[in-house]
Amino acid sequence: MAEGSVAEVKQSLAQVGYLADEPAALVSFLAQKLGKPVLVEGPAGVGKTELAKALSRASGRELVRLQCYEGLDEAKAMYEWNYRKQLLRIQAGGEAGWEDVQDDIFSSDFLLERPLMQAIASPEPVVLLIDEIDKTDQEFEAMLLELLSDFQITIPELGRIEATTMPIVVLTSNDSRELTEALKRRCLYLWLDYPELEREMEIVRLHAPDISETLARKLVEVIRMVRALDLKKPPSIAESIDWARTLLLLGAEDIDRKTFTQSMSIIVKHRTDIDLVAERVGVKLADPLRTEG
Amino acid sequence: MAAKLLGFCEELRGEGVAVGTSEILDAFAALGEVGWTSRADFREALATTIAKSQDDRRVFELLFDRYFFRSAEAEAVQRGVTEHAEGGPPAGDGERFDMDELSDAIREAIAAGDEDAMRDLARLAIAAFGRAEGSGVVGVDVQRIRRTLGLTAGAQPPTEEGGERPPIDRDQLTGFERHLRRELERDLIERTETLPPSRPLAELDRALPTSPTQDLAAVHRAVSQMKRRLATLGHEQRGRKKGQHVDVRRTMRASLETGGVPLRLRYRPKRPRRPEIYVLCDVSTSVTSASVFFLSVLHALHDSFRKLRSFVFIERISEVTDVFEHERDFAVIAQKISSEGGVADVSGYTDYGRVWLEFLTEISEELDPRSTVIVLGDARTNGREPHAEVFGQIAEKAGRLFWLNPEPKLYWNYGDSVMAAYERYCDGAFECWTTKHLENFVNVVAGAAPAAE
Repeated sequence: MAEGSVAEVKQSLAQVGYLADEPAALVSFLAQKLGKPVLVEGPAGVGKTELAKALSRASGRELVRLQCYEGLDEAKAMYEWNYRKQLLRIQAGGEAGWEDVQDDIFSSDFLLERPLMQAIASPEPVVLLIDEIDKTDQEFEAMLLELLSDFQITIPELGRIEATTMPIVVLTSNDSRELTEALKRRCLYLWLDYPELEREMEIVRLHAPDISETLARKLVEVIRMVRALDLKKPPSIAESIDWARTLLLLGAEDIDRKTFTQSMSIIVKHRTDIDLVAERVGVKLADPLRTEG
Repeated sequence: MAAKLLGFCEELRGEGVAVGTSEILDAFAALGEVGWTSRADFREALATTIAKSQDDRRVFELLFDRYFFRSAEAEAVQRGVTEHAEGGPPAGDGERFDMDELSDAIREAIAAGDEDAMRDLARLAIAAFGRAEGSGVVGVDVQRIRRTLGLTAGAQPPTEEGGERPPIDRDQLTGFERHLRRELERDLIERTETLPPSRPLAELDRALPTSPTQDLAAVHRAVSQMKRRLATLGHEQRGRKKGQHVDVRRTMRASLETGGVPLRLRYRPKRPRRPEIYVLCDVSTSVTSASVFFLSVLHALHDSFRKLRSFVFIERISEVTDVFEHERDFAVIAQKISSEGGVADVSGYTDYGRVWLEFLTEISEELDPRSTVIVLGDARTNGREPHAEVFGQIAEKAGRLFWLNPEPKLYWNYGDSVMAAYERYCDGAFECWTTKHLENFVNVVAGAAPAAE
């Protein structure tokens, strides 16, 4: 993707089904131009991971994904020596001298590449997605610093491995803990929030093309109403889309109280939330029985 | 322009945003790519490289407008440039505009969200409104102009020809008012040739919305960080070899190095211990303002730790672990505790001495060196016996003891506060009435240096 302007980036993202807003498009553009990692924060389900996927599709680059979790270590994130293969090599070596074997078993043939290593060593440029970085501990963040600032990894036995091509790096965080300053300093920062009404409508209609405009508008309005409540888990964009598809399957023409109660579980997923939503939002919708009678 | 940008960064630093040299270099690099002419791009490029959190972004937005607006004006005043000197205002003076036409144009611009057009129209509106009619007070003029134009939020009355007009969003209207305000201010500066004094941002503008529910989310964040820290802490001090289990698989693998003879034993990694936490929370009247915060801390703690027992106290102590475990809704919890806690006897005054005695007799057998005790309270005994030695016994039995005090350090030991008597038994005593303090506490517990205030 060799676009020369923000608008072109935005357009190419739209072509692969991701409707970026201005800041998101600008940051994607800068990430490619400056070769800096992007840190994307925001509530769950606003399309943080999706942005990375869209970037990969739009640029035709392969997506390398590292899903973070508590206890993730460098053996699983960067590289690991392939013990079994090394043992086999020693046993099969026969009369070869120790010097040869030693050099041999610590060569790249015996290295198991994990996602970060893959992204660095890949001959083709890739998009590297480090998902939910806030789930790991601070020590892991520190380990990432070398990779993020210089795009290189140091392996004691092999030396430094530098990236041959510049990967686009996207880090996502649900803001469940404050990330370290050192990490933030190396990244461009993007806060993704729930989209505006119009944009969410576009997104819904892009993913559920059969939905009529009036229904889509009503749906998004209801979703926004639900989000405004103080819920444990407010509905995400993915859930709006799911709901739109459900309504299509149900053949609903309009969102009235009956369809809402039927399909509410698609967008609200906590028992206490369901009660609250039924109480606050459900009553605002037209009651089909009354309107018919 | 570079100097302007540096000045802007300097001002951001003054408001507590950490802007490093690398951020500034990034900002310049980014501006090299996007071009300086488009205001929205310029702003976003700066924001993405400089403001690295939601809070920073808020401060950034507030400062950005003020700084760049002011600096442009200051330059104009310096050079003695006024718009009138350069060929008159954008539209002819004296000539009255058709207000309806103008109003329609503004509606269109608002609906389209076109910032540039809105700015131009705001200037037109001011010109049309006429300087003579202005009251000289910017806020009043903004509202007058808005009313003259017949702009209101919500559904719009139909046009004279009966056509429908799209409703105006409240936010969009506020956006237009902002343009009006800025243009009026510009006007004022031009006439008086001075700048109004630059004020530091009011604390009110910067603070996050502080309704209990909003706070709750922040408290939860800080606590979940604390959980991670407490869970791994103390791991390294425990005996390594004692009571460990041999990991047969790893021992066998290690033995391959020595030709199948298991020379070195490999052990199973020890699981980090489960933290056992006891929280004592003062809910008396002297800490009323803080107790909502404390209760939300308790609430968050219960979400994160399974082995947690919580107590509330005023004159006597009462265990409320059950309440927190069975009820998810914060409001209900708060209400239940105040009604069923049974902690206030008659006076409603805290009696710390008695609380320690009760805690010691009821709970002390269960305390062991692995447990952590956290006290949330102001240490105001209302003149009663503090029983600091009893508190000392508790501190001895428990592994660690922390005190979070909702009063600023300045007030400790003034009046009936006996913080000093207790403080010497604590592993740490902290002032704590905002989530920032809470995070600071978490950091200290985690062994990091305390964050700067």
